[in-house]
Parts: sequence; C-alpha cells; structure tokens
Amino acid sequence: MTLGDLKPGQEGIVASIATVGAVKRRIMDMGITPGVKVKIIKTAPLGDPIEVNVRGYELSLRKEEAQKIEMRKS
Amino acid sequence: MSVTIALAGNPNCGKTTLFNELTGSRQHVGNWPGVTVDKKEGIYKKNKEAVILDLPGIYSLSPYSAEEIVARDYIVKDKPDAVIDIVDGTSIERNLYLSLQMMETRIPMVIALNMMDEVEAKGDQIDCEGLSRILGVPVVPVAARSGKGLKKLMEAALSVAENHQKPERLRIFGKELEDVIAGIAATLGGKDPDESWWRAVKLAENDEVVTGSLGPTEKASVKALVDQANQCADGDAEARIADLRYQYISKVVKECVKKAHKDYVETKSDKLDKILTNRILALPIFAAVMYVMFACTFSENFLFVEGLLSPGKWLEGVVGDLWGIGADGIVSTVEGMGASPWAVGLVASCLDGIGSVVGFLPLVLVLFLLLSFLEDSGYMARVAFVMDRIFRHFGLSGRSFIPMLMGFGCSVPALMASRTLESDKDRKITMMITPFMSCGAKLPIYAMFAATLFADQNQTMIVFSVYMLGIVVAVLGALILNKFAFKSGASNFIMELPQYRVPALKSVLIHGGEKVKGFAVKAGTVIFASTVLIWFLSSFNFSGMCDMEESLLASIGNGIRWIFVPLGWGDWRASVGVVTGWIAKENIVATFGQVFGGVSDEMVEAVMAGEEALPAIGEVFNRVSAYSYMAFNLLCMPCFAAVGAIKREMGSWKWTLRAVGFQMATAYVVAFLIHFIGNIIF
Repeated sequence: MTLGDLKPGQEGIVASIATVGAVKRRIMDMGITPGVKVKIIKTAPLGDPIEVNVRGYELSLRKEEAQKIEMRKS
Repeated sequence: MSVTIALAGNPNCGKTTLFNELTGSRQHVGNWPGVTVDKKEGIYKKNKEAVILDLPGIYSLSPYSAEEIVARDYIVKDKPDAVIDIVDGTSIERNLYLSLQMMETRIPMVIALNMMDEVEAKGDQIDCEGLSRILGVPVVPVAARSGKGLKKLMEAALSVAENHQKPERLRIFGKELEDVIAGIAATLGGKDPDESWWRAVKLAENDEVVTGSLGPTEKASVKALVDQANQCADGDAEARIADLRYQYISKVVKECVKKAHKDYVETKSDKLDKILTNRILALPIFAAVMYVMFACTFSENFLFVEGLLSPGKWLEGVVGDLWGIGADGIVSTVEGMGASPWAVGLVASCLDGIGSVVGFLPLVLVLFLLLSFLEDSGYMARVAFVMDRIFRHFGLSGRSFIPMLMGFGCSVPALMASRTLESDKDRKITMMITPFMSCGAKLPIYAMFAATLFADQNQTMIVFSVYMLGIVVAVLGALILNKFAFKSGASNFIMELPQYRVPALKSVLIHGGEKVKGFAVKAGTVIFASTVLIWFLSSFNFSGMCDMEESLLASIGNGIRWIFVPLGWGDWRASVGVVTGWIAKENIVATFGQVFGGVSDEMVEAVMAGEEALPAIGEVFNRVSAYSYMAFNLLCMPCFAAVGAIKREMGSWKWTLRAVGFQMATAYVVAFLIHFIGNIIF
C-alpha cells in the first residue's frame, strides 16, 4: 500500500520511500521519513495533487510522488 | 567594529516580517551573484553597528536549489558573526530540521521561536528553556508581527556573536556512522576542523556540490569511506542521515512541546481552506480573485462601470500626465533658448525614454502590492495547488498561471511576477512564453487591420483569434522548450501549504516599493538606451536631420525587407513598423500613419481605437499578409521595457538573448506558416 492509495481522512505510517535523488531528498527534507504518521486531508479540485498533514503542517504532493511512498497501517 | 547577523529559516516562518521589524526602511535589496535570488541587507534600528542579512527561505541545506546553495555557502564560507534561526513554533518539527543542519556547521547561532502567539492560541506550550538546554543554543520566544521579544533576541544574538559561542556538536548519527564521518573529516584535513566535519557529513550524504569540489586524489581517498558510510546505512546514507535528524527532533519535541490536542485538529485556516479549495467552489473563487487582480491593475471599465479607471490605470494616467507636462515644459524651455532642432529632438527623445520607464511604474506597483498580498496570505500556494493539474501537462507548475494571465495586461509586471516560481527551469520557460500573451499595447495594431482589411467580417472574431493564437503558441512553445532546451530537472510538486495569515501591511508595502525601484534602476537603462537609438535612426540620415521616409531607419527597412518577403510583407514601411514597435507596440500604428502619407494625430487615435480605417495600408497588405503581420508582431521580441524586465529577471545577457532569439524564431515560423497556408486556402 502506498500513500497514493489512501483516501481523504485516512492515515498511515510511512514504511519506506521508493525513489532516488533530489525527489527522495526533498520528500525526506519535508519530514516524510520512515515511521512518521501521515493523514490525507484532501485532493485538489481537479483530482491531483493531494494535501496531507505531516508533523503538524500541511504539505501538497502529486499522486505520482505519493505512490512512491510505501505505507503500513497505523 | 560592525557585526553581521544572518537571518535563516524556512519559507513562511515570518523571516521577512522579522527582517522588516529589525531594520525598518533601512534596507538594500540586491542579487546574489549568478542567481536570481534576492539578497537583502539592512542595519539594525537600535544599533548601527549590526548589519542584518536576510538569507533566502529554505527547508534544508541540501544542494538541490539555488536558494539552498546560496544560504549554505554564505554560512560555511562567508561565516557571519552569528545566525538567527527563525523557527515557526506552529510547525516546530519541520523547522528544527534546518536548525540541526545549521548547528552541524557550528556557526554561532540563536533560535528565534516565532509565532508564539499562534502556538498559545492553539493551547500548546513550548518549553523554551528546556529546548535551549537540550540543543545547547539560546532560544528566544518572539512574535515578529507585533515586535514582541525582538529586543531580547538581538541581545542574545549580539552576545553570541561577540563571544563566538559555537553550538556543541550533537551526537545523533550513531557511533558507527559518526566514526566513518570522523574518518572522512580526518582524511580531508584542513585548517578548520568544524568545516572539515561539515564537509564530511555532506560527503556521507552524497552531496553533489561538495563531492564535485574535491580534487581527484582527495576523491579517491574518501571514496572507500563514503562507501562504508553507505554500507552502515543499508545502502543509503543520505536517507539515513535525514531520518536520524528527524528521529532526534521527535524526541526533543516530545520532551519540550505540550500539545493541547494529541491528534490532528482543524484550525481556522483549515476551515477557510475547505472553502477556498473546495471541489466545486475552488475554480469560481479562483477566477474571481484573478479577475479582481487583473481588473485592479489594467481595467479601463473597473468593476464593469463604463469608463471608471482601475487604480493601476488611474495612477498610470496621473503619472503619465504629470510627466507629459514636465517634459513639454523642458522641451519648450530648450526651444526657447534657441537650441537647434536636433538638440530639441534629442532632449525630447531622452525624456520619452525616461517617460516610458516611468509610465510602467504604477502598473508594476499596483500589481505587486496585490501579488505580495496573495503571496503573504498563503493563497498563492493554493493557486499552484489548484492549477498544477493543468500546467504540468506543459511541463510547468501551477504558479506559471499568474505571470501568463498578467501578460494580457502588460508583459513588464508579468515577467517580474515570474520570480514567484520556485524552479529555475519553470521561471525561464515562463519568461520566454509570457510575451506571447497579447498585451494591451498590441490591441491597436489588430484594431487597425480589422477596421481596414476585415471591415466586412466579424472584427471581434479576428482580434479574438489573434489572442487565441498567442495562447496556443505559448503552450506549444512551453512543450518544445521543455522537451529540447531544458532536458534535465524532473519537476516535482512537493510544496508546503502554509497557514492562511493576514499579511503584515508593512511587508506588502516594502515589497511593492522594492519592485518599483528594482525595475526603474535595472530595466531603465536598457529601455532608455534603445529608445534613444531608435529615435536617432528614425530622424537622421547621413546629411543630417530628416523625415522618417528618408531616415537611416528607412534605409535599414529597405535593406532588411527581403527577410520578410516569405512572410508576405516584404516592404520597407512594414519593416520599419516592426522596429518602431519595439519601443512600444502601439507605435506601429503611429508609424504607419506617418509613412503611409502623413495622417493627423487625431486620425491615428481613431485608427488605434478601430473607429477609422487606414486604406493606404492596402497598398502593402492583403488579408493573409495582414494576419501574418499581426502574428509576427504579437510573437516577436516584445517592447524594450519587457526586454529590460527579462534582462533583470534572467540576470544574464546570455539568457536574455536566448529568450529574444526564441521569440523571433517563433514569430518568423508562425508568420511564415500563416502566409504559406493562407495563400493556399484563400
């Protein structure tokens, strides 16, 4: 299961991040690291990107990027 | 002796507000060398010895953006006497991540815990003393907006600077990894052990910039150790180190922050956001906001009231009138002194040149007041959030929407608005295609042709189709540039959506003022010089002053007209029109009025409004070549004022020339296709 599979209102724990380079670093710099709780707040009006709450703030990312973030059930 | 204190922190942490509060109006905005990142410096209001430097807002000291590289190079190489690290108390975990990275450089620093008023309003508590004890860095609670705690903050920063009080190195990477990093640092050697340690951490993180700075022998000698670092981190030390920093932060936060609610709670901002980015309401609200912004700046029928000027247009008129009166006064004084006609002409053209810079200032000011209001309030991030889905197809981000929309009013402020784009690639592409949006000054050209050659057709549709052509070419241009000119840099959209806040009026005003000043100084010279040059060419030939028909410009027109034969209008008069259009696009109509048989000024005004035809242009143009001419002037190099804005924002002549070259080539190809295909059909 990935972050991209979760629906608005659902939450999960990050297991791993399956990408490399600048994108992976950016994801981690923004606080999405293994073990952190992420909650989906909503999707954008046109269906993509999505908004999540992580470490007490709101972050947006594309579904494509969210699908690289592996989750486990909280 | 003066002391330099740098402000560092995440975007939206209140850094700019703090900077404005500390320095007041005594600030200077420049550019960091080689990149389009603002460099702001100011002097502390209460102590003239303290210089305050505002570093760009960043989330990390990684090497992936120009802002991050500028900030970390400054901290590591230029070494300010102290850093004030601004931490937004409402999202303390993410903010402390940058703090930890700065502590790794062991620069003397103080943490300013900002937005404490909001933290308290939420019912949360942060133990500043505890935080300070654990991190080994002074922590001062502040509320930058109300100025609370700033005196204490500066006292702490000055004391840390004076005593060179370095933060202790935190042992957070685990023994195994620390040992490897220490090994790398020892191999690097160097005079400054702190710098070696920092570079060693960066090498373990596979930092491209630091790795690239090594000589071949150094690279070889650290390679084994870097591999070892990766090994003890299951193959990816960069990820492990980021993870370890956050693990440490989580522990610190657990100890020092008491949250009123354990789980996610909806704030006022979240409630507002539910409306503003609502599935159904988002797009209408967005359209309304954009309309208001556009109308405030450019509309001549503001709020649908016929003839009511918008604040931007009104101010433009006032400034233009005042300038006109002043300039006329100067010209008649010079005439009265008995100066020769060429001297009078020179003075008049210089004043015109300055006038065209001055004339843009009101538009730039009004648009930027509105833009910085949207930016500071947090809505700009939502614009990108809403529009990203559409713009990613063209390889751009949702933020490109604003410069492109503003392009329909005037390219100058539109180009300057491209600075809000985060990625360098997006910024460059947006600047190259924004002039394709048909600006207000191009409308008189279409009006002239529509009234003259398309009188029996639906003239509105003809004009509308030119506007649509601009949009289509802009989209295709973005796709082509993305594919062929900018290969690298996969775009991403990992972006903070900050809390909505009422912007501080002071920041908005300072920002607007800066933009106006920057445009006047940086773009002004380009505009001034080229306006005077074209004046000279159009009023002189080798035997002295003359009419435009016999001028050097006419000779040049005759010399270059063959270039335009494939476009259907290989005539010197049409060619001269293109050139005078670079001063201001509406000049084309005035030039035609002159070269097609001395038409009066009132007549030119009427032609511009599309009320009168100019039958003489039928000598040169038929419908197809007229359309080709409109397309060419829509797409080719914009006016000098816009080129000046491109130069200022690109920060380099090389990129400015590339942009202009791209626009000229596009204009030529499109106009050629119109002429070629048009002649087959009609």
